[in-house]
Order: sequence, then structure tokens, then C-alpha cells
Amino acid sequence: MENQTIIEAEGLTKKYGHQTAVNNLYLQIREGEVFGFLGPNGAGKTTTLLMFLGLTEPTSGKVRVIGFDPTRDPFHVKEKVGYLPENVGFYDDMDARQNLQYIARLNRIPDRISADRITESLKVVDLLEEVGKKVGTYSKGMRQRLGIAEVLMKEPKLIFLDEPTIGLDPDGTNRMLDLIHSLSREKNITIFLSSHLLDQVQRICDRVGIMIKGDLVAMGPIEELAKKKLGVDKEHYTLEEIYMKYFKEA
Amino acid sequence: MHGIFTIFRKEMEDHFSSIRFLLISALIVMVGVIIASMVGMSIQEESKGMAKPTFIFLWLFTSTGKLFSFVQFIGFFGPLIGIFLGFDAINRERVSRTLSKLLSQPIYRDSVINAKFLSGVAMIAIVLVAIVLIISGLGIRLIGVVPGGEEIWRLVIYLVASILYISFWLGISILFSVIFRSTATSALASLAVWIFFSFFVSLGAGALANAISPVSQSASGIDVDAALRNAQIQRTISLFSPMTLYSDATTTILDPMRKTTQALILMGPLERISLSRFQNPLPLLQSLFIVIPHLISIVAITLLCFGVCYLIFMRQEIRTI
Repeated sequence: MENQTIIEAEGLTKKYGHQTAVNNLYLQIREGEVFGFLGPNGAGKTTTLLMFLGLTEPTSGKVRVIGFDPTRDPFHVKEKVGYLPENVGFYDDMDARQNLQYIARLNRIPDRISADRITESLKVVDLLEEVGKKVGTYSKGMRQRLGIAEVLMKEPKLIFLDEPTIGLDPDGTNRMLDLIHSLSREKNITIFLSSHLLDQVQRICDRVGIMIKGDLVAMGPIEELAKKKLGVDKEHYTLEEIYMKYFKEA
Repeated sequence: MHGIFTIFRKEMEDHFSSIRFLLISALIVMVGVIIASMVGMSIQEESKGMAKPTFIFLWLFTSTGKLFSFVQFIGFFGPLIGIFLGFDAINRERVSRTLSKLLSQPIYRDSVINAKFLSGVAMIAIVLVAIVLIISGLGIRLIGVVPGGEEIWRLVIYLVASILYISFWLGISILFSVIFRSTATSALASLAVWIFFSFFVSLGAGALANAISPVSQSASGIDVDAALRNAQIQRTISLFSPMTLYSDATTTILDPMRKTTQALILMGPLERISLSRFQNPLPLLQSLFIVIPHLISIVAITLLCFGVCYLIFMRQEIRTI
């Protein structure tokens, strides 16, 4: 089970007019791992996520997510995959429970089951005490955690997180990272996380991929990349050093 | 289907709890009641001591009284209901960043736009049925006449036509909410279209008709043929406005004495003979035959408008959403 492939991309390409957003991407993600998808802004990270979800059609190439082709069968993919967009939005005039219940209904989770699931997932993200407040009054960190709760409620096998810690204060960032880590360890959920905040990714990811201008320039466990780029005997390395090396080459 | 139903339900809840909707429906009900009571009272006075004419009940809706009739009022201001209900349908979700989240749930993409349109249509139907019932109730009290079966059918057809007509405006405003990212822009664009069709089409029709077929005024009077042609052109152009389509159709369906949707001078010889020979009201079916082209045109433009909106929404790249 541990090594089953959950995402597989072969030659995935997306062009907007003449501009290539994602170029010939080959990628394999195994079940249960935390994968960090790195790259500067505009490198094509979000576009890749959208193609994995079937929200945008690839120009060419093949992709399979949890065994389905998202382009042809987006319905099944969206049913089992949770997606937290960058700066996720909520209906500000509803409270947390109402927001989650709406999403639960869209997922065809019956109200009697969703009530428990909502309580449970709000407990995981530590928002149970704020449940009655309108989401409009939530802080950025709370909104982001509510987004995680919303994704968890679907009981997904795979979660896509697009810049989950952007705009959070240090405390919020730490809580978010711990949360992501525990989801992977305790619930065995595969996590695909895109970010440009390298030290955070280094803390929680098993493997990383570095994307620059639409090309995946490197992929593998962080130690391996360090060996390859920084030399074998370097003891202390940071992801940032590796990243900058790739970035300068590209 | 499940997705449509869930979104529909939420949209209805939103509409009912929104202050915007409360304001516009209060306004429409208030003006409707004022018009109806004024018209009702004047009918009451005029018909004192004489046999009440048939179809007096429908006068409540068509008689202009001192200001304007209810039918004219809905023809002119009804579009605002549609625009108010739809101008931020899609871009509100975009601004609050909920649209991409919504679309990443297991629903079909068109459920979103279908449910938004349908909930708008449902709200329009609720408002219109309510106001027509209120006016009818008021009318029964004021005039003391209960509507007959045929009058009720005429009102039903009027209601269906009005719901379709306002749904057209709903479609226009949803279209702009798909195209424009800012809710203010889409509201203004919808209002601009409304103003264009309500004022400028009729003005422009007159100007264009004068340009194509000028009516020369000479010593021997006006050229009748040219004047007729001028009026004909003017009418044809003004039919491009949904407002003209709607008001022609509804005044005809609500007034059995009207035997054509055309203005009097534009009638053909046969219609003129029939009008002078037969003074009886038209049966319902015949009235319906006269306005059926108008009704079909209203259905067509409503569907066309929603179709364009649907296509644009389905083809939009998610990145721009």
C-alpha cells in the first residue's frame, strides 16, 4: 500500500496562447507521502494543481489522479480529493458550521453524517470554540484552518494545498505546519503542497520538486538533492541553498 | 442534479435574507398597491350607477389612472428586479474567492450557473405572483367584482410573460457578472443596457425612420404614404427592444377589446373593418394568437441571453476565475 502511485503525470503540458505555463511534466507521487512543490511565483504550480483536479484542461500529456483521468472524469477525482486554494474564500455572512455544511451537501454527505464530521474536523483544526461566529470576523490564520477543516470533512485520500501558510504569522504558520504533518502521519493522507517558503517545506516534506518557469528542474528527497547540488560532504544544508543553485542555473 | 438543488437552495436563502431584495420587492409592492388603489377608486367612481362592463377587473392592471398603469410600471421598472437579482451572481463568488472552491467540489460546472439563473427566476415568480394577488385582492374589495375564468387565464398568461421578460433581464445581468470581475461594473453595464433599451431605442427608432423615410410637409399637407412608411419603420425598429415586445404583448393580452398589437394607423384594411364591424371582445384564444409571436420572441431572447452566458461561463479558464 505504502508505495502505490496516487498521482502520475506523463508529459503534462499547458499552454496559454504562446506562453507555456507547464512544460512536459513527469511526476509520480506515492500514497502517504508529503510532497513539496516549490518554485517562484508564476512558475506554473497552481496551473499544475488545477490540471490534477480537472479544473483546467492540459494542452497535451496524460495525468492520473487516484486512478482517474481528471480531464475526462473530474467528478470522481473531486469526490475523493481535497483542494485548498491559495487564499481560500468563505461565505462571510455565514458561520463556520453553515459554510462547511454547504460544502458537505455539495459532496452529497447527508446532514446527519456531516454534523458529526464537521464537529470532528473543526476539533482537529482547533476551531470548535469559534464555530458560532460569522466567518467574516475570522483572522487569516483561522480562515486557513477552517479551509483545512473543510477539506478534511470530505475524508479525502489526497489533499492539494496551494500556499497554505502564505500570509500567516509565525505562530499560525507553525500550527499549520504541525497540522499538515499530523494529517499525514496520523490519517495517512497524501499531501501535495505548493509553496515558495522553503524553510517550511523543508520541515515537513518527504520529497520536493522544484519548478522554474514551467519546467520541473529537480525532484527527490531533500538530502539527495543536497548531495547532488551542494557536494557530498556538506553536513549542514538548507533547502534554500539548493533552490538558489537551481534557480541561478535556470 | 444534486448539485443544482443544493446551490439553488442556498441561493434562495441568500435572496430571501438579502436587504437588497427586501428593498426592491417592498418598492414594487408599494408602487403596485398605490397604482391599484388609485385606479380602483377611479373605476369605482366612474362606474357608479351603471352596469359594470365586462373585463372591468383587468382594468385594474391596464388602466393608466393619473400616473401610469401597473402593466406599464412592470414593463419599465420590472427589469430592475432582474438586474438586482443577478448582477453579482458569479462575480460575487469570484471576489470572495469561493468560486474556485465551489468548482472543486464534485458538481458539474454548469450546475452553478443553472442554479443561479433558476433561483433568480423563482424569486421573480414569487414577487410577481405575490403582487398580482395583492392587487387582485385589493381590486375585488374596491370594485366589488370577482374575476371570471377568462380574466384569470389572461392574468396567468400575463404573469408568465412578465416572468419571462424579467428573466431576460436577469440573464443580461448574470451575463455581465460572468464577464466583469467587479460587481460595480456589472451592475452599471446592466443598467446601461436597460437605459439603452428603454429610452434610446425608441428615440433612435424615430430618428432612423426620419432619416430613411422623411415626412415632407408641403402646402398640400403631409405625404400620407411617407408618413405611413415612417411609422412602419419606427415600429419595426422599436420591436428590437424587449420592452416594446413585452408591453405590446401584455397590453393586448390584458385588453380583450384590443384586436391587434399595432397602433391604429398601421392597421391593414381588413383589421380596420373587423374593428368597426365587430365590437365584441376577442375570445382568449384569439388574443393569444395575436401575441404569440411576441411571446415566442421574448422566450427566444431570454434563452439566447442565458445560452450566451452559459457558454462563456463554461469556457472561462479557471485561472481567470
